[in-house]
Amino acid sequence: MASLKDLRSRIASVKSTRKITSAMKMVAASKLRRAQDAAEAARPYAERMGTMLGRLATAVGSNEGAPKLLAGTGKDNVHLLVVFTADRGLCGGFNASIVKATRLKAKALAAEGKTVKLICVGRKGADALKREFGDNIVARYTGIEGKKGIDFSSASEVGDKVLALYDEGEFDVCTIFYNKFVSAISQVATAQQLIPFVGEEAAEQEEAAGTSAVYDYEPSEEAILADLLPRNVGVQIFGAMLESSASEHGARMSAMDNATRNAGDMIDRLSIQYNRSRQAQITNELIEIISGAEAL
Amino acid sequence: MTDTTVLELVSPSALLKSEPVEMVVVPGTDGNFGVLPKHSPMISTIRPGVIDIYAGGKVSERIFVAGGVAEVNPERCTILAEEAVPVADLKADEAQARLEQATADLKAASTAHDKANAERALDIARAQIAALTN
Repeated sequence: MASLKDLRSRIASVKSTRKITSAMKMVAASKLRRAQDAAEAARPYAERMGTMLGRLATAVGSNEGAPKLLAGTGKDNVHLLVVFTADRGLCGGFNASIVKATRLKAKALAAEGKTVKLICVGRKGADALKREFGDNIVARYTGIEGKKGIDFSSASEVGDKVLALYDEGEFDVCTIFYNKFVSAISQVATAQQLIPFVGEEAAEQEEAAGTSAVYDYEPSEEAILADLLPRNVGVQIFGAMLESSASEHGARMSAMDNATRNAGDMIDRLSIQYNRSRQAQITNELIEIISGAEAL
Repeated sequence: MTDTTVLELVSPSALLKSEPVEMVVVPGTDGNFGVLPKHSPMISTIRPGVIDIYAGGKVSERIFVAGGVAEVNPERCTILAEEAVPVADLKADEAQARLEQATADLKAASTAHDKANAERALDIARAQIAALTN
């Protein structure tokens, strides 16, 4: 049985933990708002880029001269996985779920006899994956999210790296793994193929329905595609970063909310235990005094 | 009320503008082109330069873009720009600093990739200065 002093200090320590978690929750909530706004503001660009590319891709089709980013290298021996995680922990299953999805995919690819290469964005992912796939990590980026949120330039930095590797023939297929933001309490680990480009279904449906007009291209379809496809890589990575950061803050907010609530429950339980044992001690002392008085 | 076309200017981080305009002149890679309502559908890449928005037969707004792509159809003109700043907000000294930085980068560039990047930055800086001087 814990002594009264022990109980008191435990209650005090749980109380200070609760203070920290509730402060973290509030910080996450305000960051989430900003991240969510940024993610929503970036969506129109990515969407329009997607439909435009889809249209172009169907126009160019699988011509001989189609850019490599669209047609692929014709092989799929080497896969590059770009993994987006947070730099910090304490955000529930956020990092774990993305790492798990990556690990499953990497194992499946390895079992098929394919080579896997990894780019880790965010420290936690690199830390979790380096034991198993340490030799496969070709690049890692940390500190993506600055004071003012995520900058497009950091996304282009990662995008340039991916494109440079592709140009050197270092990989054939590139897939990005990130947490898609659904709501503050729900994030979905998503895998999206980046290279070769996969057209959006919307554009294809439009095409099938024959509603899309015939476009003039200036300069040529191929030239525009060659210009747009590399840009699209950066845009998709930027989008993934924003989604991932919104998800991170959402996950941290709900994790910290749970932690705060648990701490509250624990304080209640400990207080009851503390009061009971204090009362027991008082009763004990009284009994001793009374029985002592009676014995006289 | 004259006919208008919807101009949408989108950068990677935000939808900057979505409003009806009478005419807009876009700096296409193969030369400037004006977009009036009911323009035939086309897609064009954009070089670094200035987008002129016309209202009442006069230029009402000038926006600098650092390249991108434009999609035009009879109802709207969508411009995906990497970087877009109103010309009024451009600073001559910043543009000059950018030009010097890009020139230095170009000299230091060793790989074809770096070189291409630096050349692009140089083009952007030159276009900014050109936008400021007229």
